[in-house]
Amino acid sequence: MNTPRIRISGGRLIDPANRIDQLLDLYIGDGQIVAIGNTPDGFTPDISLDATGLCIVPGLIDLCARLREPGHEYKASIDSECRAAAACGITTLCCPPDTDPVIDTPAVVELIRHRAQQVAAARVVVLGALTRGLNGRHLSEMHALKQAGCVGMSNALHPLKSTLVERRAFEYAATFDLTVFLHADDMALSAGGCIHEGRISTRLGLPGIPEAAETVAVARDLALIEQTGVRAHFCRLTTHRAVRMIARAQFDGLPVTADTAMPYVYLNEVDAADFGADYHFIPPLRTLEDRDGLLEGLRRGTLSALCSDHRPHEPDAKRAPFPATEPGASGLDTLLPLSLKLVESAQLSMTDAVARITVGPARILNLPYGDLGVGRCADVCIFDPAASWYLDEAQMHSQGKNTPFRGWEMPGKVRYTLVDGRIAYAAGIQ
Amino acid sequence: MTTPNLQIREDGRLRHFLSIEGLNHNLLTEILDTAESFTGVAEQSVKKVPLLRGRTIVNLFFEASTRTRTTFELAAKRLSADVLNINVSASSAVKGETLLDTLRNLEAMHVDMFVVRHCDSGTAHFIARHVLPHVTVINAGDGRHAHPTQAMLDMFTIRREKGLDFSRLTVAIVGDILHSRVARSQIHALNLLSTGEVRIVAPRTLIPASVESLGVRVFNDLREGLQDVDVVIMLRLQRERMQGAMLPSENEYYRLYGLTEEKLSVAKPDVTVMHPGPINRGVEMDSQVADGPRSVILQQVAYGIATRMAVMSMAMQQRAVQNSNEYT
Repeated sequence: MNTPRIRISGGRLIDPANRIDQLLDLYIGDGQIVAIGNTPDGFTPDISLDATGLCIVPGLIDLCARLREPGHEYKASIDSECRAAAACGITTLCCPPDTDPVIDTPAVVELIRHRAQQVAAARVVVLGALTRGLNGRHLSEMHALKQAGCVGMSNALHPLKSTLVERRAFEYAATFDLTVFLHADDMALSAGGCIHEGRISTRLGLPGIPEAAETVAVARDLALIEQTGVRAHFCRLTTHRAVRMIARAQFDGLPVTADTAMPYVYLNEVDAADFGADYHFIPPLRTLEDRDGLLEGLRRGTLSALCSDHRPHEPDAKRAPFPATEPGASGLDTLLPLSLKLVESAQLSMTDAVARITVGPARILNLPYGDLGVGRCADVCIFDPAASWYLDEAQMHSQGKNTPFRGWEMPGKVRYTLVDGRIAYAAGIQ
Repeated sequence: MTTPNLQIREDGRLRHFLSIEGLNHNLLTEILDTAESFTGVAEQSVKKVPLLRGRTIVNLFFEASTRTRTTFELAAKRLSADVLNINVSASSAVKGETLLDTLRNLEAMHVDMFVVRHCDSGTAHFIARHVLPHVTVINAGDGRHAHPTQAMLDMFTIRREKGLDFSRLTVAIVGDILHSRVARSQIHALNLLSTGEVRIVAPRTLIPASVESLGVRVFNDLREGLQDVDVVIMLRLQRERMQGAMLPSENEYYRLYGLTEEKLSVAKPDVTVMHPGPINRGVEMDSQVADGPRSVILQQVAYGIATRMAVMSMAMQQRAVQNSNEYT
């Protein structure tokens, strides 16, 4: 492998994993971090990047990004989204198994890996299906999927048919030391709903999803996690009560982690009050109180990751009456800027904000990324923290232009993205 | 995000009629006054006024309806408009044509107004956002959201029965509030017209979350809810509610919430009884009450035509003025 020797000088190095936040030079060679601070003996860079005035952070890790391939290439593709990710400072994308075909065989894992390697932009890791075809009834071949490279098991947004299936799936996953990724949703309580059950659902006459759809599921899942000892991650929590339940479980020593997604920390049920399809999310946008609870969870580390929950759509997916539109937003373009905005508004410290999108998700996925220690993989994002811009859908890198943040002022612009020590993106050069 | 009010033109007049929410007291009163002026039309030997001559109105119904569709049709015809009824069954929607494609195809036929009913809340708003600038949209019921012309004909009925001043009235709406677009629109209309007190009466399974925020007092007991009311509006109970574990049986519902002469005795002596129809006799209402002297259920239907004429002509008249301005 002929990777260049790179010196990144003059920048503010922020590496939460190693508790570093200061002006330090970074030296890269052989795809790894070679040194931090002083030039190692005999190091002559092939490339020197002047990072004066810029921030250097580990490459971002997006814990949930739907790439829409295979199966939904009219929405996006591995090619389009991996390139977009690199342009947004994201070096690792974790893809849930609800592709078509579902990621329940090593062949599909291989297909995705192959495509991602061809693109050679961001790295893609995948979650395998917890049940065959996500049918909620029959266990998938988890061992084979693990061998093929799956970093965990998930049933995506599909329900498990019974608590017995759930118990068995947990036991079987635990056999192979696999983490299960759970969407806390009691399907009977959420059935038919498309918005948080509350004042706005009542006004608009839209079928609501009660808070209990999430909390009931968290309680049930926690009981089975305790029973089986499986390592579990709760995906996209939206309610403050669920965050409290997770904090309690962590305090009790259960092997559980949790995340939330960007829309839930910025938006709430009221944003959907005009039937705006861009505000259609599943799970739904909740209340201001919930949003505050999620931010508190991010500060305390109960929620150790913040993801984009990237769901790119073709324009038609959002052109229908609210309940008939497809939920979700395209999120790669806003993951870094909206994280920085939390720092701007003093909701999170810079260290915590960076940790939630780098080392936090890396640890959940049990991957050696998100860390700029010597010897680590050289996944790096270099951005200009002083840059300020307005989100214009025509300028978005993702193929999906569906965003509720259109027109928002965004801080931070990515200058360089390095994946495995190679420059995967350089602003202005394409 | 702030979007301009879709229903109102810059000059404050009606552009579309999508929901009661977002309108104001003056507009509601104007609709009622205009409806009043149309009530005479039905008594003329020629039951027509030429207000919308040469206009094409499409009744675009994605959900079955007889009463609402026929009264809209009659209203349009009495305004001398040309009317096209299109019932888009679920099957043709399944064929893959999107709602927008259906709309564009009809627009290409130079339609002036869509009267829309659809099972999804927000459909009328969605269509209003996407129609050509000269096309008017009237909501004839969208999901559980709104049924504003029904609410207006109910207000018209109340005004006819009780006079102009709503502030001294107590009105109770009884039944399945959760699934009712009619109730939502009625609540907004009653509050905009400064009704003294708006009550809803139902078991908790049929009351939506945080309903107080709409400006109502909630009662679970029918007798308490009917105490001294001037108007009681009964809602239709759908049979499906028994399957959805909303209610145990029609029997128990009738025992607790069915309106009988006996239960009505706690209301004001001159109480007015209303129902948007069609009635389930012996479920939400006893026949004695439905056919009794205090029931105005059939008047509601008649007033429905005048009210719809009012809304249609107001939303379209404005266009006529605008067009004539274009030529001056």
